[in-house]
Amino acid sequence: MKVSYFPGCTLKNKAKDLDLYAYKSAEALGVTLEEIENWQCCGGVFTTARDEVATKLSSVRALKEAFSKEQPLVTVCSACHNVIKQTNHAVQNDKEFSDKVNRYMGEDGGYFGEAEVYHYLEMLRDLVGFDALKEKVVNPLKGKKIAAYYGCLLLRPGSVMKMDDPENPSIMEDFIKALGAQPVVYAKRNECCGGYVSVESPDLAKKSSNQVVQNAKMQGAEMIITACPLCKYNLLKNGADIPVVYFTELLAEALGVKEDTDEQ
Amino acid sequence: MNNKYLREELIRESGVNPKKCMKCGKCSATCPAYDEMEYHPHQFVSMVESGDIQPLLQSESLYKCLSCFACIERCPRGVEPAKLVEAVRLAAIRKQGENRMTANDVAEFLDEDVPQQLIVSAFRKYSK
Ligand code: SF4
Ligand code: SF4
Repeated sequence: MKVSYFPGCTLKNKAKDLDLYAYKSAEALGVTLEEIENWQCCGGVFTTARDEVATKLSSVRALKEAFSKEQPLVTVCSACHNVIKQTNHAVQNDKEFSDKVNRYMGEDGGYFGEAEVYHYLEMLRDLVGFDALKEKVVNPLKGKKIAAYYGCLLLRPGSVMKMDDPENPSIMEDFIKALGAQPVVYAKRNECCGGYVSVESPDLAKKSSNQVVQNAKMQGAEMIITACPLCKYNLLKNGADIPVVYFTELLAEALGVKEDTDEQ
Repeated sequence: MNNKYLREELIRESGVNPKKCMKCGKCSATCPAYDEMEYHPHQFVSMVESGDIQPLLQSESLYKCLSCFACIERCPRGVEPAKLVEAVRLAAIRKQGENRMTANDVAEFLDEDVPQQLIVSAFRKYSK
């Protein structure tokens, strides 16, 4: 299976792990990630303001390319995924916005939100299947107690992201189970780490991040997994004393492709 | 800009209908930035509705919102308060010389581990 892939700026820099392990693991699962040509940064956060057009064009361009290749568009970073899915939704549902976008891009044919967007986790669940994933696991992470950290970007707004129940998600827990480990469920798993406010108000980010880590530890977590480079940064910077790792790293480990990635 | 025009502009830009609010306060109860905010999400809704917008434009609260969308998800009336916070913030920083953050500020928070995502997100939220 071939899919279009939007890595995003952070995955080519500070979050290289998230990207490399995503590639290796996909390969092991029979999926080829075809990187979008000349992709541009998504901007990190979606703005809900309807007259902000230019900031959403990089997403539209990526979506349009995936659609022209008749492939679903897959992202790994929580932020890129959130921006691209919300932009696609805006193109589908806000005619004034989609008219402006299409006039701006000035190409034939236009784009009206036809592409399908999948987060990598959704790809595992809906295109590969967690059962098929389980069969490919060569190195089950037995007994490991792992807390899934969704944060805010993966799930919200629920009516747009449609990834899972935004208040009682299970996709990451099912992922953890498929790898043979034990998911730890805790209340703060879908609360914000503080996000970009860490530059404006470090104390607020510290408070938010601490609540997440403490809550996960209280429920017995030995490790936290995330799909978001900013969540990882905030949790670690604010004193997480258990490992915070990308879910793709865990995946690569379970699939037995982590070492040959590390050698590169 | 007079208040009536600004009010209409914020409503159009955000797509929020403040009249739907039943003043239950759930948005503010769930807001992780509540303690840091002078005006809370439910007040953004009621103050835009009544046209009392100047205090919001000058408030630090604009820069404390995390865009976590918790208030959007949990409002029982689908009012989506964060969209109004966003619209008011843009109205404030779009004015010439009113950027909250400039490239010079990046040096202050930059460390070895800062992900690119943090820098671009902060620029999107604090600078126009
Ligand atoms: S949760 Fe919704 S209905 Fe309740 S106060 Fe907030 S905006 Fe109004
Ligand atoms: S989006 Fe902003 S206003 Fe709404 S709950 Fe989150 S921090 Fe509070």
